[in-house]
Amino acid sequence: MTPDFERVDPDYWQLLVEFWSFSDTNATWVLIGAVLLGMSASVIGTFSFLRKRSLVGDVLAHSALPGVMVAFILSHSNQPLVMFAGALSSSMLGLLLMGWLPKNTKIKPDAAMAITLSFFFAMGLLALSYIQGLPIPGKSGLDKILFGQAAAMLPADLYLLSAVAVVVLVMVWVLFHKLRLVAFSPDYARTLGLPLVGYELTLALLIVSAVVIGLQLVGVVLMAAVLLTPIAAARFWHRQLTVMLGIASLIGALSGAISANISYMAPTMPTGPWMVVVLSMIFLVSFLFAPQRGLLSNLLRQRRFKKQVRAENLLRSFYLLNERRQQSKGNFLQASLNRVFSEEELLSHRPMPYGSLMKGLRELARNGYLVYARADKGWALTEWGAAVALELTRRHRLWETYLVTEAGLSPQDVHRQAEKMEHLLTAEEIERLAELLEQGPQSGKGVKDPHGRLIPLTEEPSS
Amino acid sequence: MIMGDFWILATASLVGVSTALVGVLLILRRMSLLGDAISHSVLLGIVLAYLISGSRSVIAMMIGATLIGLMTAWLSNSLHRLGKLQTDASIGIIFTWFFAMGVILISVYAGQVDLDQDCVLYGEITMVPFDMVIMGEKMLGPRALWLIGGVTLLNLLVVVVAFERFRLVSYHPLLALTLGVNVTFWHYLLMTLVSLTTVASFEAVGAILVVALLVIPASSAYLWARSLKQMMWAAVGYAQSAVLLGYALAAWLDLAIAAAIATLTGLQLLLTIAVMQWRQWWRRRVSFRDRDAYTR
Repeated sequence: MTPDFERVDPDYWQLLVEFWSFSDTNATWVLIGAVLLGMSASVIGTFSFLRKRSLVGDVLAHSALPGVMVAFILSHSNQPLVMFAGALSSSMLGLLLMGWLPKNTKIKPDAAMAITLSFFFAMGLLALSYIQGLPIPGKSGLDKILFGQAAAMLPADLYLLSAVAVVVLVMVWVLFHKLRLVAFSPDYARTLGLPLVGYELTLALLIVSAVVIGLQLVGVVLMAAVLLTPIAAARFWHRQLTVMLGIASLIGALSGAISANISYMAPTMPTGPWMVVVLSMIFLVSFLFAPQRGLLSNLLRQRRFKKQVRAENLLRSFYLLNERRQQSKGNFLQASLNRVFSEEELLSHRPMPYGSLMKGLRELARNGYLVYARADKGWALTEWGAAVALELTRRHRLWETYLVTEAGLSPQDVHRQAEKMEHLLTAEEIERLAELLEQGPQSGKGVKDPHGRLIPLTEEPSS
Repeated sequence: MIMGDFWILATASLVGVSTALVGVLLILRRMSLLGDAISHSVLLGIVLAYLISGSRSVIAMMIGATLIGLMTAWLSNSLHRLGKLQTDASIGIIFTWFFAMGVILISVYAGQVDLDQDCVLYGEITMVPFDMVIMGEKMLGPRALWLIGGVTLLNLLVVVVAFERFRLVSYHPLLALTLGVNVTFWHYLLMTLVSLTTVASFEAVGAILVVALLVIPASSAYLWARSLKQMMWAAVGYAQSAVLLGYALAAWLDLAIAAAIATLTGLQLLLTIAVMQWRQWWRRRVSFRDRDAYTR
C-alpha cells in the first residue's frame, strides 16, 4: 500500500471529521492525553531550558528505557503504574550518574550526558532483546515506547498520563515563584534561605515525570524535543517568563493535538516523529518570522539602521563642509542653501564606495533633504535638510563634550564614540545632555566642543 | 556458520576501531553532544539517499549522510549565533527534527526503502554475511565490511597524517587560532569523519548505539591516558575487548549483538572508574597511615 498524498482521500476526510466530532471515545482520550502531555512537557521543559540544561530531557528519556524493561521482566505484566515506577526510578539513576561523573572524575559534563544516554539506552535495548526471546504475553507493545504510538495506547495508560500531566501542571503553578527564583538565580535563592536541594529535587522529579509519561506517545528517542522546542520557539515571541510559558504550552498543546489527529488517521505511523516535525515547523516559523525577534525582522531592522546611519553621516558631511566655507557670522542655514558640493568633495571628506554614496544621496533627495543643482553639477541642502544636519552635528558635539567633561575621556578618543552614539540618541536625551552641560537655549551662543568647534544651537528653519 | 561469525566479528571490530579513533577527538574537543546529534541525523541522509538514488548505492549513501551530518553541525552553529540560543539547545532542536523526518520517511515509504525502525535502533549485524560483494566468480567479503574497512583506513590515514594538528587543535584551540591554524577547517573535517563513520557503522550497530561506541571507550581511555597517542591506543583496546565480550555475551544468551557491545563499553567505563576510585582511596589510606606512623 502506497499512500498517495496528491489526491484528497475521502477516507482521510471522513476520519478527520470523525476525530474532531469526538465520537470515538478512545481517540478523544488520546487527544486529551497528547494535549496535556504537550502542555506539561513544554512548561517543565522551560525550566530546564532556563537552567541551561536543555538536553537533560534527552538523557532522562533514554535512561528510562532499561527501567521499563526490567519492570516488565520482574512483574511479567505491562500495567501502566508498574512501567511508570520502573521508568521513573531508572531515569533518576541516569540523572544521578550524569551529575556524579563530572564531579568525581575527569569526564566533562557534555561527555557525561552522552555516556549516560547511550549506556542506559544500550542496556534497555539489551533487555528488550532478552524479553523478545521470553515466552510471555504482553511484550508486543514494549518496543512502541521507542518511537511512540498513540494508537497502541490503552485507556489505562491514558488515564495515568493525563493524571500525571495535570499534577505536573498544578505543581508548576503552585511553585511558580520559587521555581522561577531557583532557575534564574540559585545563589540569591540560597541567601534567602530556600531549601535549594529540595526544589532542585522537585524540579528534577517533575521533569522526569513529564518525560516518563511521554514515552508511550512520543517515544524515548525524541522526547527531548517536546521539552525543548516549544520554549525555544516561544522565546522569539516574548521575553517575559509568564507569557513565554503560556506560548510554549500553547505550542505544545497544538503539536499534541495535530499528532493525535495524524495518529488517528494513520494508526501505523509513529506518533513521536510527527509531533517533533510539527514542533520543528512551529519553531522554524517563529525563528524566521516572529515580529521583533525573528530573523527576518532583525535583518530588516539592521538594513533600516544601516540606511539611517548612511543618511545621517552624509548630512553631517554636508554640515561640516558648509562650516568650512562659512566666513561671516551670517545666518548659517540661509547661507548653506546656496552652497553646492560635488560628489568628489563629499568623497574626499568621508571616503566610501561611490555606488553607496550615490544611493545615499538619491535617497536623501527623494526624501527632501537635498536637491541636485543641475547647473553646478552638485548637491545642496534644502531648508529642512540643513536643519536636520545642524541637529545631528549638535548631537555629535554635545556627546563629545559630555564624554570629556563628565566621563573624563581625552578629546582624541571621543570622536569615534560620538560617531556611534549620534545615531542612537533621542531628542529627549539631547535636551537632557544640553541641560546637564548648562548649555541650554538660554545660555547663549559660543560654547565649543573639545575640538574647539562651535556647538550649534537649534534654529528655526524658517528664520 | 563459522565463516559468518568471522565476518560479523571482523565488521564489529572495524566499527570499534574507527569509532574509537573519532571518539577520542570528539571527547577532547568537547563535542560529544554534536557527535550524538550527527549520528542521529545521519539517518535522514541515508533515507534521502535511498529515495533519490533508488538503490542501495554506497556512494549515494555516503554523500547524503555526510551532507546531512555537516548540515547538522552548520545549522546548529548558525542557530546558536542568529537565534541567540544556547549551543546544546540549538543542537537538540536540529537533530531531533532531522531524526524525526528520517523516521517518518521510513514509515511512509516502507515499501521503497529497505530499512525499518528496528534497523535504526539495533543495526542488522547478523545480516552482514548475507550481503556479499561478488566480483565475477569470487566472493570478496560482506559489503558492510568493505564499507567500514574503507572508512577505517580513511580515519587512520587522517589521524596519522594530521596527528600533530589534531593534538594542537584539541588541547590548545586558542593557541592554534593565534598560530593561524584554520580551526574551522579541522572542525568540519572532524564532523565529516564523524558522519562517514556513523554511516559506515549504521548497518552494524544502528544510528543510536553508535553514540555509545563513539563516546564511551574514548572516555574510559581519557580517565587515565597520559598522551593523545596513548589515549587512542587505549580507546581502540577498550572497543576491541567490548566487541569480543559483547559478541560472546550475545551469542550465549541470544541477545542483540550491537546492544550487548554497547552495554559492555559502559560496564568497562564503570569498572575503570571503580578501579581508579579504589586506587585513590588506597593511596590516601596508605599516606594517612604513613603520616600517623611518622607523628607517633
